[in-house]
Amino acid sequence: MLNDVTFGQYYPTRSFVHNMDPRAKIVFMIAYIVAIFVADNFLALAAVTLFLIVAVLFSRVPFGRVLRSVKMILFLILFTAVLNLFFYSSGGEEHMIWQWKFLSLSWESVVNMIFLALRLFLLVMGTSVLTLTTTPVALTDGIESLLTPLKWIRVPVHELALIMSIALRFIPTLMDETNRIVAAQKARGADFESGGLIKRAKAVVPILIPLLVSAFRRAEDLGDAMDARCYSGAKGRTKYKKLVFTWRDLLGLLLLGALIAGVVLFNIYFGGKFGIIDYFMQ
Amino acid sequence: MEAVRFENVKFLYREDGDYAVNGVTLTVGEGEFVAVLGRNGSCKSTLAKLINALLVPSEGKVTVFGMDTSDEKKTFEIRKNAGMVFQNPDNQTVASIVEDDIAFGPENIGVPREEIGRRIDFALDAVGMQAFRHMTPSRLSGGQKQRIAIAGVLAVLPKIMILDESTAMLDPKGRREVMDVIKKLNKERGMTVILITHFMEEALEADRAVVMHRGEVVMDASPEEIFSRAEELEAYNLTLPRAAYISKKLAEGGMPVKGAFNAEALAEEICASLQKA
Repeated sequence: MLNDVTFGQYYPTRSFVHNMDPRAKIVFMIAYIVAIFVADNFLALAAVTLFLIVAVLFSRVPFGRVLRSVKMILFLILFTAVLNLFFYSSGGEEHMIWQWKFLSLSWESVVNMIFLALRLFLLVMGTSVLTLTTTPVALTDGIESLLTPLKWIRVPVHELALIMSIALRFIPTLMDETNRIVAAQKARGADFESGGLIKRAKAVVPILIPLLVSAFRRAEDLGDAMDARCYSGAKGRTKYKKLVFTWRDLLGLLLLGALIAGVVLFNIYFGGKFGIIDYFMQ
Repeated sequence: MEAVRFENVKFLYREDGDYAVNGVTLTVGEGEFVAVLGRNGSCKSTLAKLINALLVPSEGKVTVFGMDTSDEKKTFEIRKNAGMVFQNPDNQTVASIVEDDIAFGPENIGVPREEIGRRIDFALDAVGMQAFRHMTPSRLSGGQKQRIAIAGVLAVLPKIMILDESTAMLDPKGRREVMDVIKKLNKERGMTVILITHFMEEALEADRAVVMHRGEVVMDASPEEIFSRAEELEAYNLTLPRAAYISKKLAEGGMPVKGAFNAEALAEEICASLQKA
Protein backbone atom coordinates (compact mmCIF):
# COMPACT_ATOMS: atom_id res chain seq x y z
CA MET A 1 0.00 0.00 0.00
CA LEU A 2 2.90 2.34 0.58
CA ASN A 3 4.97 1.41 -2.42
CA ASP A 4 3.02 3.45 -4.92
CA VAL A 5 4.48 6.76 -3.96
CA THR A 6 6.04 8.16 -7.09
CA PHE A 7 7.06 11.43 -5.49
CA GLY A 8 10.78 11.78 -5.14
CA GLN A 9 11.30 8.59 -7.09
CA TYR A 10 13.91 9.01 -9.74
CA TYR A 11 13.35 7.24 -13.07
CA PRO A 12 16.76 6.91 -14.73
CA THR A 13 16.83 7.09 -18.53
CA ARG A 14 19.75 9.48 -19.18
CA SER A 15 17.56 11.50 -21.50
CA PHE A 16 17.76 15.08 -22.69
CA VAL A 17 15.65 16.28 -19.77
CA HIS A 18 17.64 14.21 -17.26
CA ASN A 19 20.85 15.85 -18.39
CA MET A 20 19.59 19.39 -17.99
CA ASP A 21 20.95 21.59 -15.24
CA PRO A 22 18.75 21.11 -12.15
CA ARG A 23 18.79 24.86 -11.59
CA ALA A 24 17.36 25.37 -15.05
CA LYS A 25 14.76 22.71 -14.37
CA ILE A 26 13.70 24.33 -11.12
CA VAL A 27 13.37 27.70 -12.83
CA PHE A 28 11.34 26.04 -15.60
CA MET A 29 9.14 24.45 -13.02
CA ILE A 30 8.41 27.73 -11.32
CA ALA A 31 7.72 29.39 -14.69
CA TYR A 32 5.56 26.43 -15.72
CA ILE A 33 3.47 26.76 -12.55
CA VAL A 34 3.12 30.49 -13.15
CA ALA A 35 2.04 29.74 -16.73
CA ILE A 36 -0.63 27.33 -15.44
CA PHE A 37 -2.09 29.97 -13.18
CA VAL A 38 -1.77 32.82 -15.66
CA ALA A 39 -3.52 30.79 -18.37
CA ASP A 40 -7.08 32.04 -18.45
CA ASN A 41 -8.67 30.06 -21.26
CA PHE A 42 -8.61 26.55 -22.63
CA LEU A 43 -6.31 27.35 -25.52
CA ALA A 44 -3.70 28.68 -23.13
CA LEU A 45 -4.04 25.53 -21.03
CA ALA A 46 -3.70 23.48 -24.19
CA ALA A 47 -0.41 25.26 -24.85
CA VAL A 48 0.76 24.31 -21.35
CA THR A 49 -0.36 20.71 -21.95
CA LEU A 50 1.57 20.63 -25.21
CA PHE A 51 4.65 21.86 -23.36
CA LEU A 52 4.17 19.12 -20.77
CA ILE A 53 3.80 16.44 -23.45
CA VAL A 54 6.97 17.62 -25.16
CA ALA A 55 8.79 17.55 -21.83
CA VAL A 56 7.61 14.00 -21.07
CA LEU A 57 8.52 12.81 -24.57
CA PHE A 58 12.01 14.26 -24.26
CA SER A 59 12.42 12.74 -20.80
CA ARG A 60 11.65 9.25 -22.17
CA VAL A 61 9.76 8.47 -18.97
CA PRO A 62 6.69 6.37 -19.84
CA PHE A 63 3.44 8.38 -19.68
CA GLY A 64 1.93 5.76 -17.40
CA ARG A 65 4.65 6.39 -14.88
CA VAL A 66 3.97 10.14 -14.88
CA LEU A 67 0.22 9.52 -14.61
CA ARG A 68 0.78 7.37 -11.55
CA SER A 69 1.75 10.45 -9.58
CA VAL A 70 -1.70 11.91 -10.26
CA LYS A 71 -3.34 8.83 -8.81
CA MET A 72 -2.12 9.84 -5.38
CA ILE A 73 -4.01 13.09 -5.36
CA LEU A 74 -6.91 12.03 -7.56
CA PHE A 75 -9.19 12.19 -4.58
CA LEU A 76 -8.05 15.73 -3.81
CA ILE A 77 -8.72 16.79 -7.38
CA LEU A 78 -12.18 15.21 -7.41
CA PHE A 79 -13.02 16.67 -4.01
CA THR A 80 -12.10 20.25 -4.96
CA ALA A 81 -13.78 19.80 -8.31
CA VAL A 82 -17.07 18.70 -6.74
CA LEU A 83 -16.97 21.47 -4.16
CA ASN A 84 -16.33 23.97 -6.87
CA LEU A 85 -19.11 22.60 -8.98
CA PHE A 86 -21.75 23.41 -6.38
CA PHE A 87 -20.33 26.35 -4.51
CA TYR A 88 -19.02 28.41 -7.36
CA SER A 89 -21.28 31.37 -7.97
CA SER A 90 -20.59 33.39 -11.06
CA GLY A 91 -23.49 35.80 -10.54
CA GLY A 92 -24.74 35.27 -14.06
CA GLU A 93 -28.30 33.94 -14.16
CA GLU A 94 -28.53 33.19 -17.84
CA HIS A 95 -26.66 29.88 -17.84
CA MET A 96 -28.15 28.49 -14.63
CA ILE A 97 -28.96 24.77 -14.77
CA TRP A 98 -30.18 24.04 -11.26
CA GLN A 99 -30.45 25.88 -7.95
CA TRP A 100 -31.35 24.95 -4.38
CA LYS A 101 -30.78 27.28 -1.45
CA PHE A 102 -27.03 28.05 -1.44
CA LEU A 103 -26.20 25.28 -3.88
CA SER A 104 -26.24 26.18 -7.51
CA LEU A 105 -25.16 24.61 -10.73
CA SER A 106 -24.50 26.66 -13.79
CA TRP A 107 -22.57 26.21 -16.98
CA GLU A 108 -20.05 28.62 -15.52
CA SER A 109 -19.45 26.37 -12.56
CA VAL A 110 -19.08 23.32 -14.83
CA VAL A 111 -16.49 25.14 -16.92
CA ASN A 112 -14.80 26.39 -13.79
CA MET A 113 -14.64 22.89 -12.36
CA ILE A 114 -13.11 21.41 -15.49
CA PHE A 115 -10.64 24.26 -15.64
CA LEU A 116 -9.61 23.81 -12.04
CA ALA A 117 -9.24 20.05 -12.36
CA LEU A 118 -7.11 20.52 -15.46
CA ARG A 119 -4.92 23.02 -13.67
CA LEU A 120 -4.33 20.70 -10.72
CA PHE A 121 -3.71 17.81 -13.07
CA LEU A 122 -1.11 19.75 -15.07
CA LEU A 123 0.47 21.00 -11.86
CA VAL A 124 1.05 17.54 -10.43
CA MET A 125 2.11 16.05 -13.76
CA GLY A 126 4.63 18.84 -14.30
CA THR A 127 6.17 18.65 -10.86
CA SER A 128 6.47 14.89 -11.08
CA VAL A 129 8.31 15.25 -14.39
CA LEU A 130 10.83 17.27 -12.41
CA THR A 131 11.17 14.68 -9.64
CA LEU A 132 11.22 11.76 -12.08
CA THR A 133 14.04 13.23 -14.13
CA THR A 134 16.12 14.81 -11.39
CA THR A 135 17.81 12.93 -8.57
CA PRO A 136 16.98 14.30 -5.16
CA VAL A 137 20.65 15.10 -4.79
CA ALA A 138 20.71 17.13 -8.00
CA LEU A 139 17.51 18.81 -6.92
CA THR A 140 18.88 19.90 -3.58
CA ASP A 141 22.15 20.93 -5.25
CA GLY A 142 20.07 23.06 -7.61
CA ILE A 143 18.07 24.60 -4.80
CA GLU A 144 21.22 25.22 -2.81
CA SER A 145 22.83 26.93 -5.77
CA LEU A 146 19.76 29.04 -6.51
CA LEU A 147 19.50 30.09 -2.88
CA THR A 148 23.19 30.98 -2.57
CA PRO A 149 22.47 34.73 -2.43
CA LEU A 150 20.66 34.09 0.87
CA LYS A 151 23.99 33.12 2.44
CA TRP A 152 24.76 36.82 2.56
CA ILE A 153 21.95 37.33 5.04
CA ARG A 154 23.22 34.35 7.05
CA VAL A 155 20.64 31.79 5.98
CA PRO A 156 22.27 28.35 6.44
CA VAL A 157 21.61 27.33 2.85
CA HIS A 158 24.01 24.39 2.80
CA GLU A 159 22.61 22.92 6.01
CA LEU A 160 19.04 23.28 4.78
CA ALA A 161 19.92 21.58 1.49
CA LEU A 162 21.62 18.74 3.36
CA ILE A 163 18.62 18.30 5.68
CA MET A 164 16.42 18.05 2.63
CA SER A 165 18.53 15.53 0.78
CA ILE A 166 18.84 13.35 3.88
CA ALA A 167 15.08 13.51 4.41
CA LEU A 168 14.60 12.38 0.81
CA ARG A 169 17.17 9.66 1.21
CA PHE A 170 15.35 8.26 4.26
CA ILE A 171 11.90 8.12 2.65
CA PRO A 172 12.32 4.59 1.23
CA THR A 173 14.01 3.38 4.43
CA LEU A 174 11.21 4.67 6.63
CA MET A 175 8.61 3.32 4.19
CA ASP A 176 10.09 -0.16 4.58
CA GLU A 177 10.16 0.32 8.31
CA THR A 178 6.50 1.37 8.36
CA ASN A 179 5.54 -1.74 6.41
CA ARG A 180 7.48 -3.86 8.86
CA ILE A 181 5.82 -2.22 11.88
CA VAL A 182 2.37 -2.59 10.32
CA ALA A 183 3.06 -6.29 9.75
CA ALA A 184 4.37 -6.70 13.29
CA GLN A 185 1.33 -5.00 14.82
CA LYS A 186 -1.03 -7.03 12.64
CA ALA A 187 0.71 -10.17 13.82
CA ARG A 188 -0.17 -9.10 17.36
CA GLY A 189 -3.78 -8.71 16.39
CA ALA A 190 -3.93 -5.00 15.62
CA ASP A 191 -6.83 -4.11 13.35
CA PHE A 192 -6.33 -1.32 10.85
CA GLU A 193 -9.16 -2.06 8.48
CA SER A 194 -12.38 -1.96 10.42
CA GLY A 195 -14.16 0.62 12.52
CA GLY A 196 -15.01 4.25 12.10
CA LEU A 197 -12.72 7.14 11.34
CA ILE A 198 -11.77 7.75 14.96
CA LYS A 199 -11.06 4.10 15.66
CA ARG A 200 -8.88 3.89 12.59
CA ALA A 201 -7.03 7.07 13.47
CA LYS A 202 -6.35 5.63 16.91
CA ALA A 203 -5.07 2.43 15.31
CA VAL A 204 -2.32 4.47 13.64
CA VAL A 205 -0.76 5.41 16.98
CA PRO A 206 0.92 2.02 17.52
CA ILE A 207 2.53 2.47 14.10
CA LEU A 208 3.64 6.04 14.56
CA ILE A 209 5.27 5.69 17.96
CA PRO A 210 7.70 2.86 17.05
CA LEU A 211 8.38 4.65 13.78
CA LEU A 212 9.24 7.86 15.60
CA VAL A 213 11.46 6.07 18.12
CA SER A 214 13.33 4.28 15.37
CA ALA A 215 13.68 7.49 13.35
CA PHE A 216 15.40 9.12 16.33
CA ARG A 217 17.69 6.13 16.74
CA ARG A 218 18.55 6.27 13.07
CA ALA A 219 19.20 10.00 13.30
CA GLU A 220 21.65 9.42 16.13
CA ASP A 221 23.47 6.72 14.16
CA LEU A 222 23.58 8.88 11.08
CA GLY A 223 24.99 11.78 13.10
CA ASP A 224 27.81 9.54 14.32
CA ALA A 225 28.43 8.22 10.82
CA MET A 226 28.60 11.76 9.43
CA ASP A 227 30.97 12.85 12.18
CA ALA A 228 33.13 9.81 11.51
CA ARG A 229 33.32 10.84 7.87
CA CYS A 230 34.71 14.23 8.84
CA TYR A 231 31.55 16.28 8.39
CA SER A 232 31.97 19.71 9.93
CA GLY A 233 29.52 21.97 8.17
CA ALA A 234 29.76 23.93 4.95
CA LYS A 235 33.15 25.48 5.71
CA GLY A 236 36.03 24.11 3.66
CA ARG A 237 33.79 21.70 1.83
CA THR A 238 34.13 20.95 -1.87
CA LYS A 239 31.49 19.67 -4.24
CA TYR A 240 31.88 16.62 -6.43
CA LYS A 241 28.99 17.39 -8.73
CA LYS A 242 29.34 20.73 -10.40
CA LEU A 243 26.31 22.22 -12.06
CA VAL A 244 26.87 23.35 -15.63
CA PHE A 245 24.53 25.33 -17.81
CA THR A 246 24.60 23.85 -21.34
CA TRP A 247 22.94 24.23 -24.73
CA ARG A 248 20.16 21.94 -23.50
CA ASP A 249 19.23 24.44 -20.86
CA LEU A 250 19.35 27.27 -23.38
CA LEU A 251 17.03 25.33 -25.67
CA GLY A 252 14.69 24.63 -22.78
CA LEU A 253 14.76 28.29 -21.87
CA LEU A 254 13.74 29.23 -25.42
CA LEU A 255 10.88 26.72 -25.35
CA LEU A 256 9.79 28.13 -22.04
CA GLY A 257 9.85 31.68 -23.43
CA ALA A 258 7.64 30.47 -26.26
CA LEU A 259 5.24 28.89 -23.76
CA ILE A 260 4.89 32.04 -21.65
CA ALA A 261 4.48 34.19 -24.77
CA GLY A 262 1.89 31.73 -26.11
CA VAL A 263 -0.09 31.72 -22.88
CA VAL A 264 -0.09 35.50 -22.65
CA LEU A 265 -1.08 35.89 -26.30
CA PHE A 266 -3.90 33.37 -26.00
CA ASN A 267 -5.09 35.18 -22.91
CA ILE A 268 -5.17 38.48 -24.73
CA TYR A 269 -6.74 37.30 -27.99
CA PHE A 270 -9.23 34.71 -26.79
CA GLY A 271 -10.53 36.20 -23.56
CA GLY A 272 -11.49 34.33 -20.40
CA LYS A 273 -12.37 30.69 -19.92
CA PHE A 274 -16.13 31.32 -20.06
CA GLY A 275 -15.93 32.39 -23.68
CA ILE A 276 -16.35 28.72 -24.50
CA ILE A 277 -19.94 28.77 -23.17
CA ASP A 278 -21.03 31.50 -25.54
CA TYR A 279 -19.24 29.67 -28.31
CA PHE A 280 -21.30 26.53 -27.77
CA MET A 281 -24.55 28.30 -26.90
CA GLN A 282 -24.69 30.23 -30.14
CA MET B 1 54.80 2.33 14.25
CA GLU B 2 51.82 2.12 16.51
CA ALA B 3 48.52 3.25 15.05
CA VAL B 4 46.35 3.36 18.16
CA ARG B 5 47.31 3.49 21.81
CA PHE B 6 45.02 3.33 24.84
CA GLU B 7 46.65 4.38 28.11
CA ASN B 8 44.67 3.31 31.17
CA VAL B 9 41.48 4.61 29.56
CA LYS B 10 38.31 4.94 31.59
CA PHE B 11 35.00 6.12 30.29
CA LEU B 12 31.70 7.03 31.95
CA TYR B 13 28.47 7.59 30.07
CA ARG B 14 26.93 9.32 33.09
CA GLU B 15 28.58 11.06 36.02
CA ASP B 16 26.93 8.75 38.57
CA GLY B 17 27.14 5.58 36.50
CA ASP B 18 29.65 2.75 36.42
CA TYR B 19 32.69 2.85 34.22
CA ALA B 20 31.71 1.62 30.76
CA VAL B 21 35.36 1.27 29.90
CA ASN B 22 37.41 0.57 32.96
CA GLY B 23 41.14 1.01 32.65
CA VAL B 24 41.98 -0.26 29.18
CA THR B 25 45.60 -0.26 28.06
CA LEU B 26 46.11 -1.46 24.52
CA THR B 27 48.23 -0.73 21.48
CA VAL B 28 47.51 -1.58 17.87
CA GLY B 29 50.41 -1.56 15.45
CA GLU B 30 50.23 -0.16 11.95
CA GLY B 31 49.04 -2.78 9.45
CA GLU B 32 47.72 -5.06 12.16
CA PHE B 33 44.36 -6.83 11.94
CA VAL B 34 42.83 -6.93 15.42
CA ALA B 35 39.50 -8.47 16.31
CA VAL B 36 37.78 -7.20 19.45
CA LEU B 37 35.45 -9.80 20.95
CA GLY B 38 32.99 -9.61 23.76
CA ARG B 39 29.41 -10.40 24.60
CA ASN B 40 26.67 -7.76 24.41
CA GLY B 41 27.24 -5.00 26.90
CA SER B 42 30.97 -5.57 27.17
CA CYS B 43 31.37 -2.04 25.78
CA LYS B 44 33.38 -3.04 22.77
CA SER B 45 31.51 -0.44 20.67
CA THR B 46 32.39 2.22 23.21
CA LEU B 47 36.00 1.24 22.72
CA ALA B 48 35.62 1.76 18.98
CA LYS B 49 34.06 5.20 19.38
CA LEU B 50 36.88 6.26 21.67
CA ILE B 51 39.38 5.74 18.85
CA ASN B 52 38.01 8.30 16.39
CA ALA B 53 37.00 10.87 19.00
CA LEU B 54 33.27 10.27 18.76
CA LEU B 55 33.74 9.76 22.49
CA VAL B 56 36.53 11.21 24.60
CA PRO B 57 37.91 9.30 27.60
CA SER B 58 36.90 10.43 31.07
CA GLU B 59 40.32 9.40 32.34
CA GLY B 60 43.48 8.26 30.62
CA LYS B 61 44.49 8.97 27.05
CA VAL B 62 43.79 7.62 23.57
CA THR B 63 46.21 8.50 20.80
CA VAL B 64 45.96 7.83 17.07
CA PHE B 65 49.35 8.10 15.34
CA GLY B 66 50.46 10.12 18.33
CA MET B 67 47.52 12.53 18.18
CA ASP B 68 45.55 12.85 21.41
CA THR B 69 41.79 12.38 20.81
CA SER B 70 40.91 14.83 23.56
CA ASP B 71 42.61 17.62 21.63
CA GLU B 72 39.78 19.18 19.65
CA LYS B 73 42.13 20.71 17.12
CA LYS B 74 43.21 17.19 16.13
CA THR B 75 39.71 15.69 15.86
CA PHE B 76 39.47 16.30 12.13
CA GLU B 77 42.92 14.85 11.43
CA ILE B 78 42.18 11.80 13.60
CA ARG B 79 38.94 11.07 11.77
CA LYS B 80 40.72 11.43 8.45
CA ASN B 81 43.13 8.71 9.57
CA ALA B 82 40.70 6.44 11.35
CA GLY B 83 37.62 5.63 9.29
CA MET B 84 34.69 3.85 10.84
CA VAL B 85 31.98 1.58 9.46
CA PHE B 86 28.90 1.13 11.64
CA GLN B 87 26.47 -1.67 12.31
CA ASN B 88 23.32 -0.71 10.45
CA PRO B 89 23.99 -0.26 6.73
CA ASP B 90 20.82 1.84 6.35
CA ASN B 91 21.86 4.45 8.87
CA GLN B 92 25.18 5.53 7.43
CA THR B 93 24.47 6.55 3.87
CA VAL B 94 23.69 10.22 3.39
CA ALA B 95 22.91 10.31 -0.33
CA SER B 96 20.46 8.55 -2.60
CA ILE B 97 23.05 7.62 -5.23
CA VAL B 98 26.08 5.44 -4.53
CA GLU B 99 28.69 7.77 -6.01
CA ASP B 100 27.26 10.81 -4.22
CA ASP B 101 27.42 8.96 -0.95
CA ILE B 102 31.03 7.95 -1.47
CA ALA B 103 31.83 11.55 -2.40
CA PHE B 104 30.50 12.78 0.97
CA GLY B 105 33.70 12.07 2.93
CA PRO B 106 36.16 13.56 0.41
CA GLU B 107 33.86 16.59 0.02
CA ASN B 108 33.98 17.13 3.77
CA ILE B 109 37.76 17.25 3.86
CA GLY B 110 37.90 19.60 0.86
CA VAL B 111 39.33 17.31 -1.81
CA PRO B 112 39.27 18.93 -5.28
CA ARG B 113 36.56 17.75 -7.67
CA GLU B 114 38.69 15.75 -10.16
CA GLU B 115 40.46 13.97 -7.32
CA ILE B 116 37.09 12.99 -5.79
CA GLY B 117 36.21 11.28 -9.07
CA ARG B 118 39.45 9.26 -8.92
CA ARG B 119 38.84 8.36 -5.30
CA ILE B 120 35.34 7.10 -6.05
CA ASP B 121 36.85 4.87 -8.76
CA PHE B 122 39.49 3.60 -6.38
CA ALA B 123 37.05 2.97 -3.51
CA LEU B 124 34.48 1.18 -5.68
CA ASP B 125 37.24 -0.95 -7.18
CA ALA B 126 38.54 -1.90 -3.75
CA VAL B 127 35.13 -3.20 -2.66
CA GLY B 128 34.25 -4.62 -6.10
CA MET B 129 31.18 -2.45 -6.62
CA GLN B 130 32.08 -0.51 -9.80
CA ALA B 131 28.88 -1.65 -11.53
CA PHE B 132 26.71 -0.04 -8.86
CA ARG B 133 28.10 3.49 -9.14
CA HIS B 134 24.85 5.11 -10.27
CA MET B 135 22.45 2.94 -8.31
CA THR B 136 20.36 3.71 -5.26
CA PRO B 137 21.73 2.21 -2.03
CA SER B 138 18.22 1.40 -0.77
CA ARG B 139 17.84 -1.11 -3.61
CA LEU B 140 21.01 -3.04 -2.73
CA SER B 141 21.41 -6.07 -0.47
CA GLY B 142 22.75 -5.68 3.07
CA GLY B 143 26.22 -6.91 2.12
CA GLN B 144 26.35 -4.57 -0.85
CA LYS B 145 25.19 -1.62 1.24
CA GLN B 146 27.88 -2.35 3.78
CA ARG B 147 30.52 -2.55 1.03
CA ILE B 148 29.34 0.87 -0.15
CA ALA B 149 29.72 2.14 3.41
CA ILE B 150 33.29 0.76 3.42
CA ALA B 151 33.94 2.47 0.08
CA GLY B 152 32.63 5.72 1.56
CA VAL B 153 35.18 5.43 4.34
CA LEU B 154 37.98 4.35 1.97
CA ALA B 155 37.50 7.44 -0.19
CA VAL B 156 38.83 9.54 2.69
CA LEU B 157 42.02 7.39 2.45
CA PRO B 158 42.27 6.45 6.13
CA LYS B 159 45.14 4.37 7.49
CA ILE B 160 42.93 2.66 10.05
CA MET B 161 39.56 1.05 9.41
CA ILE B 162 37.33 0.44 12.42
CA LEU B 163 34.38 -1.88 11.87
CA ASP B 164 31.86 -1.62 14.67
CA GLU B 165 29.83 -4.85 14.39
CA SER B 166 29.54 -4.11 10.69
CA THR B 167 28.61 -7.67 9.84
CA ALA B 168 26.08 -8.18 12.64
CA MET B 169 23.02 -7.36 10.56
CA LEU B 170 24.06 -9.23 7.44
CA ASP B 171 23.18 -12.66 6.14
CA PRO B 172 26.04 -15.23 5.82
CA LYS B 173 26.67 -14.26 2.19
CA GLY B 174 26.83 -10.56 2.96
CA ARG B 175 29.10 -11.29 5.90
CA ARG B 176 31.47 -13.25 3.67
CA GLU B 177 31.55 -10.41 1.11
CA VAL B 178 32.42 -7.85 3.74
CA MET B 179 35.05 -10.05 5.39
CA ASP B 180 36.72 -10.69 2.03
CA VAL B 181 36.92 -6.97 1.34
CA ILE B 182 38.37 -6.26 4.79
CA LYS B 183 40.98 -9.01 4.52
CA LYS B 184 42.00 -7.80 1.10
CA LEU B 185 42.42 -4.25 2.35
CA ASN B 186 44.56 -5.49 5.21
CA LYS B 187 46.76 -7.82 3.14
CA GLU B 188 47.15 -5.81 -0.06
CA ARG B 189 47.08 -2.24 1.18
CA GLY B 190 48.45 -2.66 4.66
CA MET B 191 45.33 -1.14 6.17
CA THR B 192 45.19 -1.34 9.95
CA VAL B 193 41.91 -3.07 10.76
CA ILE B 194 40.08 -3.06 14.08
CA LEU B 195 37.14 -5.42 13.80
CA ILE B 196 34.56 -5.33 16.58
CA THR B 197 32.48 -8.47 16.36
CA HIS B 198 30.67 -11.17 18.24
CA PHE B 199 31.19 -13.78 15.52
CA MET B 200 34.04 -15.98 16.66
CA GLU B 201 34.64 -17.26 13.12
CA GLU B 202 35.51 -13.73 12.03
CA ALA B 203 38.09 -13.38 14.76
CA LEU B 204 39.96 -16.34 13.25
CA GLU B 205 40.80 -14.23 10.23
CA ALA B 206 42.53 -11.60 12.36
CA ASP B 207 46.20 -11.52 13.43
CA ARG B 208 45.24 -10.87 17.00
CA ALA B 209 42.15 -11.08 19.16
CA VAL B 210 41.27 -8.97 22.16
CA VAL B 211 38.50 -10.08 24.51
CA MET B 212 36.54 -7.43 26.39
CA HIS B 213 34.53 -8.19 29.50
CA ARG B 214 32.69 -5.55 31.55
CA GLY B 215 34.75 -2.73 30.11
CA GLU B 216 38.10 -4.40 30.61
CA VAL B 217 40.50 -6.19 28.32
CA VAL B 218 40.70 -9.71 29.73
CA MET B 219 42.48 -11.59 26.95
CA ASP B 220 44.86 -10.36 24.28
CA ALA B 221 46.61 -12.94 22.10
CA SER B 222 46.51 -14.67 18.74
CA PRO B 223 43.03 -16.04 17.88
CA GLU B 224 44.41 -19.61 17.99
CA GLU B 225 45.71 -19.14 21.50
CA ILE B 226 42.50 -17.51 22.68
CA PHE B 227 40.35 -20.30 21.31
CA SER B 228 42.54 -22.91 22.93
CA ARG B 229 41.58 -21.42 26.31
CA ALA B 230 37.97 -22.59 26.11
CA GLU B 231 37.19 -22.57 29.84
CA GLU B 232 38.36 -18.99 30.19
CA LEU B 233 36.26 -17.94 27.21
CA GLU B 234 33.23 -19.60 28.70
CA ALA B 235 33.62 -17.50 31.83
CA TYR B 236 33.24 -14.42 29.63
CA ASN B 237 30.10 -15.85 28.00
CA LEU B 238 31.82 -16.45 24.69
CA THR B 239 31.64 -19.62 22.64
CA LEU B 240 34.24 -21.31 20.47
CA PRO B 241 34.11 -21.19 16.68
CA ARG B 242 32.08 -24.18 15.54
CA ALA B 243 35.03 -26.18 14.22
CA ALA B 244 36.99 -25.58 17.41
CA TYR B 245 33.99 -26.66 19.47
CA ILE B 246 33.64 -29.90 17.51
CA SER B 247 37.35 -30.71 17.76
CA LYS B 248 37.26 -30.06 21.49
CA LYS B 249 34.28 -32.37 21.92
CA LEU B 250 35.94 -35.04 19.77
CA ALA B 251 39.10 -34.84 21.85
CA GLU B 252 37.05 -35.12 25.03
CA GLY B 253 35.36 -38.18 23.57
CA GLY B 254 38.74 -39.83 23.07
CA MET B 255 39.50 -39.10 19.41
CA PRO B 256 43.12 -37.97 19.10
CA VAL B 257 42.47 -34.64 17.28
CA LYS B 258 44.53 -31.57 18.06
CA GLY B 259 42.74 -28.23 18.34
CA ALA B 260 41.50 -27.21 14.90
CA PHE B 261 39.76 -23.89 14.33
CA ASN B 262 38.34 -24.06 10.85
CA ALA B 263 36.55 -26.70 8.83
CA GLU B 264 39.58 -27.64 6.65
CA ALA B 265 41.94 -28.10 9.59
CA LEU B 266 39.31 -30.10 11.44
CA ALA B 267 38.73 -32.36 8.44
CA GLU B 268 42.48 -32.99 8.15
CA GLU B 269 42.77 -33.76 11.84
CA ILE B 270 39.90 -36.20 11.66
CA CYS B 271 41.37 -37.93 8.58
CA ALA B 272 44.78 -38.15 10.23
CA SER B 273 43.35 -39.64 13.39
CA LEU B 274 41.29 -42.14 11.41
CA GLN B 275 44.37 -43.27 9.47
CA LYS B 276 46.23 -43.75 12.70
CA ALA B 277 43.44 -45.88 14.11
